Amino acid sequence: MDLLTELTILVLAAFVGFEVISKVPNTLHTPLMSATNAIHGIVLLGGLYLIGPADGFLNDFLLVIAIAFGTINVVGGFLVTDRMLEMFKQKPSVRGGDGPPPPAGRD
Amino acid sequence: MYMATFLQDPDFIRSLYIVAFALFIVDLRLMNHPRTARKGNVIGAIGMGIAVIATLLIGSVGDYGLIVLGIAIGTAVGVPAARSVKMTAMPQMVALFNGVGGGAVALISFADYRESLAAGPNPELDTLIPILFAAIIGSVSFWGSNIAFGKLQEILPGRPIQLPGQQFVNIGLLAVCVGCAIAIASGTESEALFIVILVAAAVLGNMFVLPIGGADMPVVISLLNAFTGLSAAAAGLALDNVALIVAGMLVGASGSILTMLMAEAMNRSIANIFKGGFGGGGAAPGAGDGEEKPVRSTDPADVAIQLAYARKVVVAPGYGLAVAQAQHTVRDLATELEKRGVEVSYAIHPVAGRMPGHMNVLLAEADVPYDQLKEMDEINPEFPQTDVALVIGANDVTNPAARDVADSPIYGMPILDVDKAAAVIVLKRSMNTGFAGIDNPLFYAENTSLLFGDAKESVQKVLKEVEEL
Repeated sequence: MDLLTELTILVLAAFVGFEVISKVPNTLHTPLMSATNAIHGIVLLGGLYLIGPADGFLNDFLLVIAIAFGTINVVGGFLVTDRMLEMFKQKPSVRGGDGPPPPAGRD
Repeated sequence: MYMATFLQDPDFIRSLYIVAFALFIVDLRLMNHPRTARKGNVIGAIGMGIAVIATLLIGSVGDYGLIVLGIAIGTAVGVPAARSVKMTAMPQMVALFNGVGGGAVALISFADYRESLAAGPNPELDTLIPILFAAIIGSVSFWGSNIAFGKLQEILPGRPIQLPGQQFVNIGLLAVCVGCAIAIASGTESEALFIVILVAAAVLGNMFVLPIGGADMPVVISLLNAFTGLSAAAAGLALDNVALIVAGMLVGASGSILTMLMAEAMNRSIANIFKGGFGGGGAAPGAGDGEEKPVRSTDPADVAIQLAYARKVVVAPGYGLAVAQAQHTVRDLATELEKRGVEVSYAIHPVAGRMPGHMNVLLAEADVPYDQLKEMDEINPEFPQTDVALVIGANDVTNPAARDVADSPIYGMPILDVDKAAAVIVLKRSMNTGFAGIDNPLFYAENTSLLFGDAKESVQKVLKEVEEL
């Protein structure tokens, strides 16, 4: 693919990113950061792609570390994000759908 | 046989990449509500799985032993870390993960450059420039994140560390990076120069985070997040990999948005933040003047009475809540008050804590429903109708000097207007000034009383008193 096509994709991705992420509420900013940590773990692909053709001990060594780093990002990032998001709960009374809302307490 | 060639068809692999990045966008889209966010995260993980499998299908990929080794190491480190990290330690964790990503990019770009040198002359400029960019930003991000981690983990002192001539050193280091990069791009084939770039960028990463104080960490972490994303996108340009380009850029956009939001919430320009912290004490014009001013200190029994007979209580948490790990105790107190018909909500300042959304995660961990967490703009109009504002381990984000004292260093920073509540109770460890070293007129206000002690112990005592009422 030529550079200009790639730059086109890059710029469009930037706008999509801005558009989508500016709608994320403050409440979820920490999970958002850890989710994006997981997503940039995609550099793992670079390591996977290069390690086969790479020659020499040093290159292999560098790339194994890079793959390990990328994996830490991906696996750790998605897990920790899930752990966090699991904790975000609505008020029990508002969790509609599972039956009639409890009668308004008045005492 | 036919199946194998089909699976290895470059167009098929590229299509899988398109599916992968589409799923990332869906992931981020679902992040816009707590109800859907968890599903989004799973979808993102599926996208990542597809991207990894697609890459492994590429014909030239080999050395599976080493790939398994790398993935095994990464899993062995990442899974236990993600499982065991405490919610209070989340900023450190995010900093560390960030650094690891930047490090991976720097290593990949170095290996890629070495490979291309071994194969022949310098690669084409449209590959070489992204490689150099990825190397610089990746290395800065790796080392900067490690320093941020060190500060948050309190291995390094959290206060700003100022070195003489710092800004000139930083500019010099950046010049070295760019100069060497231009030399390589204009035809010099030198691994040594590439190493100089990596090292200079590493020192730069250290130098630019060291002078930044703990309270500015939300901005730093966000910016490093953006850097790592951009470096990954650059690596994608170098490797002609669309999934990397899009995913990296999405992260770059996310980090940039957060950086701007955080800087805005502190009313400081990003340049100003990177010049170094608030000087850490010393100059506190307009507020301090060294005079002893009277404060009203109170006791748990009194606080309990005030809270229990209030109609509306707003809790304003800060970093002190995280340090004291008081989130569960605060939640217990709120539950007890709600039983008595008190309306309790939480006022969350965007830069309370050490990273964007830090307080929300802590309170979510303590089972506080997210609809009780109010953002600054939403809660500020409610303070005049609030009977008691309970400030727990927050200081600068409640400092009325930011609103009223034109020569205060934090003047113009949006704050939680807790001082407009009928009564303010501040839980504080001691009379020390906040992180920024700026005196807080809130503590001397007529409607303010202070309860000294560790936040968790204080809340526990208050809770006990409320229960006995």
